[in-house]
Amino acid sequence: MAGKSFFIDTTRCTACRGCQIACKNWNQNKASETKNTGNHQNPPDLDANTFKLVRFSEVETDGKVAWYFFADQCRHCLIPPCKDTVEAHIADAVIQDEATGAVVYKEETKKVAAQFEDIRSSCPYDIPRKAVDGRLVKCTMCIDRVSNGLQPACVKICPTGAMNFGDREAMLELANERLGKLKEKYPKAQLIDANEVRVIYLVIDEPRKYHKSAIASAEQGLSRKVVLRRALKPAHGLLKGLMSS
Amino acid sequence: MTNHWIDFRNSDCILIMGSNPAENHPVSFRWVMKAKDKGATVIHVDPRITRTSTKADIYTPLRSGTDIAFLGGMIKYIFENKKYFNDYVVNYTNASYIVGDKYGFKDGLFSGYDKEKRAYDASTWAFAMDENGLPKKDPTLQDARCVLQLMKQHYDRYDLETVSKITGTSKEDLLKVYEAYTATGTQDKAGTILYAMGWTQHTVGVQNIRTMSMIQLLLGNMGIAGGGVNALRGESNVQGSTDHGLLFHIWPGYLPTPTASLQTLAEYNKKFTPVSKDPMSANWWQNRPKYVVSFLKSLFGDAAKAENEFGYAWMPKCEDGKSYSWLDLFDMMYRKEFTGFFSWGQNPACSGANSNKTRAAMANLDWMVVVNLFDNETASFWKGPGMNPKKVKTEVFFLPCSAFMEKEGSISNSGRWAQWRYKAQNSPGDALPDGDIMVEIFKEIRALYAKPDKKAAFPDPILNLKFDYVKDGKFDPHAVAKAINGTFTQDVTIQDKTYKKGDPVPAFAMLKDDGSTSCGNWIYCQSYNADGNNMARRDKSDETGLGLYPKWSWCWPVNRRIIYNRASCDPMGRPWDPKRPLLEFVGEVKDGKYATQKWKGDVPDGPWYPMKNPDGTNHEGGKYPFIMKADGMGAIFGPGMKDGPFPEHYEPMECPVEKNLLSSQFTNPVATLFGTEKDVLKTCDPGFPFVGTTYRVTEHWQTGVLTRWLPWLIEAEPQMFVEMSEQLAKLKGVKNGEMVIVESPRGFLEAVAIVTKRFQPLIVHGNEVHQVGLPWHYGWIWPKDGGDSANLLTPSVGDPNTRIPETKAFMVNVRKKGA
Repeated sequence: MAGKSFFIDTTRCTACRGCQIACKNWNQNKASETKNTGNHQNPPDLDANTFKLVRFSEVETDGKVAWYFFADQCRHCLIPPCKDTVEAHIADAVIQDEATGAVVYKEETKKVAAQFEDIRSSCPYDIPRKAVDGRLVKCTMCIDRVSNGLQPACVKICPTGAMNFGDREAMLELANERLGKLKEKYPKAQLIDANEVRVIYLVIDEPRKYHKSAIASAEQGLSRKVVLRRALKPAHGLLKGLMSS
Repeated sequence: MTNHWIDFRNSDCILIMGSNPAENHPVSFRWVMKAKDKGATVIHVDPRITRTSTKADIYTPLRSGTDIAFLGGMIKYIFENKKYFNDYVVNYTNASYIVGDKYGFKDGLFSGYDKEKRAYDASTWAFAMDENGLPKKDPTLQDARCVLQLMKQHYDRYDLETVSKITGTSKEDLLKVYEAYTATGTQDKAGTILYAMGWTQHTVGVQNIRTMSMIQLLLGNMGIAGGGVNALRGESNVQGSTDHGLLFHIWPGYLPTPTASLQTLAEYNKKFTPVSKDPMSANWWQNRPKYVVSFLKSLFGDAAKAENEFGYAWMPKCEDGKSYSWLDLFDMMYRKEFTGFFSWGQNPACSGANSNKTRAAMANLDWMVVVNLFDNETASFWKGPGMNPKKVKTEVFFLPCSAFMEKEGSISNSGRWAQWRYKAQNSPGDALPDGDIMVEIFKEIRALYAKPDKKAAFPDPILNLKFDYVKDGKFDPHAVAKAINGTFTQDVTIQDKTYKKGDPVPAFAMLKDDGSTSCGNWIYCQSYNADGNNMARRDKSDETGLGLYPKWSWCWPVNRRIIYNRASCDPMGRPWDPKRPLLEFVGEVKDGKYATQKWKGDVPDGPWYPMKNPDGTNHEGGKYPFIMKADGMGAIFGPGMKDGPFPEHYEPMECPVEKNLLSSQFTNPVATLFGTEKDVLKTCDPGFPFVGTTYRVTEHWQTGVLTRWLPWLIEAEPQMFVEMSEQLAKLKGVKNGEMVIVESPRGFLEAVAIVTKRFQPLIVHGNEVHQVGLPWHYGWIWPKDGGDSANLLTPSVGDPNTRIPETKAFMVNVRKKGA
């Protein structure tokens, strides 16, 4: 339960997209040729070259307009359903790093390319994507940076303190402290699925107003429990395994 | 900026108006958020909800171009609710001055207006003087002709009802903003204003800023930590280029460019050196001749002698009354008044107002040199939309130059910090640093002038120019930086200390007008002296805890981090707010009088004693705080604007209303106008019913010449768009994401419609008014379907003081493409 966590304070996010670009830079992920579709959110969704995406959402409540930003990425679940789904087909393709808790896809995920839709739909947050060569890809928690004592690229770049990263307990403390301050002014303020994920978002409105997959659905929550019951195998992917792959 | 980005964190109330820092200065929001953490109120006033508005405690819209009405209402509120900081206003501003009999204001026009010339005779706005040649004053502020009373009267017309009808802002919202901001008018509160192009790019641009400066003086917010008037500069070194005389009207260090009628240095100095008869006024510009002579010495070296007025005659002069600003130059180019043009590090085909006029003007040139990193719409204008390459005679030369990380040198940021930076990598291909390109060009020019050639008229300035900035055949930024700091040109002894010829001058107080010092820019004197390259300092110590970081880089003038800082103390030199002490006088006291001279904190605006002794008597060595003003006072009334001593609301040159509700003077009576067939303006024309405005996004920079070629950025903001309200989209049958045509009397373009709740129609003069907004980062060269510049729509009309174009408020139509 220790390891690392992110705390993403959406109330500090200005959607500068520094995180989105820093992620592409660190991972040397290509850009795609996009169009403006009547929205500033671009690329329109996470894709094989976009592990971090700032989502823009306009909502109107009682005549008051709000514009919410949600810097979406893999939540690095404490018990990752994607890992379980992959492992139904093949062992050792998904690592859950012991030291950090990072959930990392290996090259071997190519072998489950045909099962991609199943794997993607097992994720409560709709994160996994498939690269052209069949690999499953997503945020790696910058495990190469983190295991060398650096912050993840998206955290390092953030100018406002929206993106935070550190030991899980410290992040939970920070998150709860911030929540306490905001609760007074925003009664709907909450931490999303804090006990189940390593990427904890603070929002001040219903999570789905930010993004449809911001929070795990009740249905997926149930399947999560099923997963929980059967998935308590020891974590077998270690960092070493990843680095040598 | 009077203060610095980091200083935002010291503020109790941050008014963001005429700017969008979360998007255009993203890192600045670090400090805005830190202020919020400490309980500050953040207010954003803007035509639409932007990424900045999402972090504001109070957001309210206004119609673009009505800021003076909005702020004039705040001035009225300040008087009605006695929100001004009386001691500050009485002691540090000209509020108590009596204005002369010739001054008047009637129905939108100030005294001295000449309808034929479209200009004011500003001498009618002079103060009444006493027998000693000092302005008459009424410290009780009761005299009907004192500045404070005249101001009160002037803004009495700006009542909530009228302001709301003009701006479209609701009365409730106006009150909310007025109340929150004016709460900083006490000695223990600080309020700051962050503005940018949203204020400057109007025919009343300077007066927008003046209105807020007056509010800041009334509330005692100038010169203090967490206060000031902060112009967020958009380009990393735009502050440095202004400091170093990039604009036509100034030499480096804000010394005026001479005009033809000032044929001698003596005449120049007489005209531009202010005189004060008040012993308590530092009147710093009385030192101007020292800076002028030292500047001339830096240009002409040993050839600059007392007997030739240090080469003053070799300096180019402007024609009297003639302006050479951007709008003027392109107007002259359009009218074929000159034939050659260097477009250096810019993209005028997209960046200037009224692009169709700019692009047509370029076809009138014989030659154009473009210095840039990438091909752009200027370099390739001859094959652009609507151009016939066979008919364009302009010969274009393209010189590739280095990017910022490929060369060494200094940049001066918005907070006046000159920071040295190093070269990270070599330039690709034939690209050269700008300095090397200049060295090469100058070598050729000098060789041409050195030949006996009748065409080489007036060779003296070229041949006499001191140009020793080349080391091992390359441009040497250190040599330039040292020349800017300045050196002694002979051995001198000052207060027991001897300086050798060639030694750096320690600071500008030691510059002389006798030719014994050379200095490229007096405000940068101290930046590179015997202590070394101070701009390269990287010490993070911060004794005041206010984020001044006095040993990090170097700040002009003389490393003063917050200017006008003497005003942060009371007349006895004690901080108005002891919890936020920027500066404090700590000299010894003897018999109720200050006996020794010592300040603690920031570098004070001059070392002199405070105005008063602890026993309340005037200190004979004391000085007023606003040392760059001849009378030492913050100027609520007056300071040399072409369009009046008080700001007044006028409608934009193109607007959606038929009259000005505050007077029968519809638009700025002295706005800058041009008369070619391309200078079309249409106001209240049913063909162009919507207010248009332009802006930027985080992902692109300027015309996008650098950012449009970066795949990750163009991926995030790939195409020209126009934002509009859901109501307007419904009215025009436009769906979100559809292509639309946006047209103005001057041009049209295609854009993707972003239909958004963040724009709402406003009720203006009782009618519904729609606004639309477009970014100006795009151009036809790349990407292929990225669209073209928003400046195809904007008008070439300008502010009378700066001649900056009115690209933030103009009229357009929107229609579905193909409809």
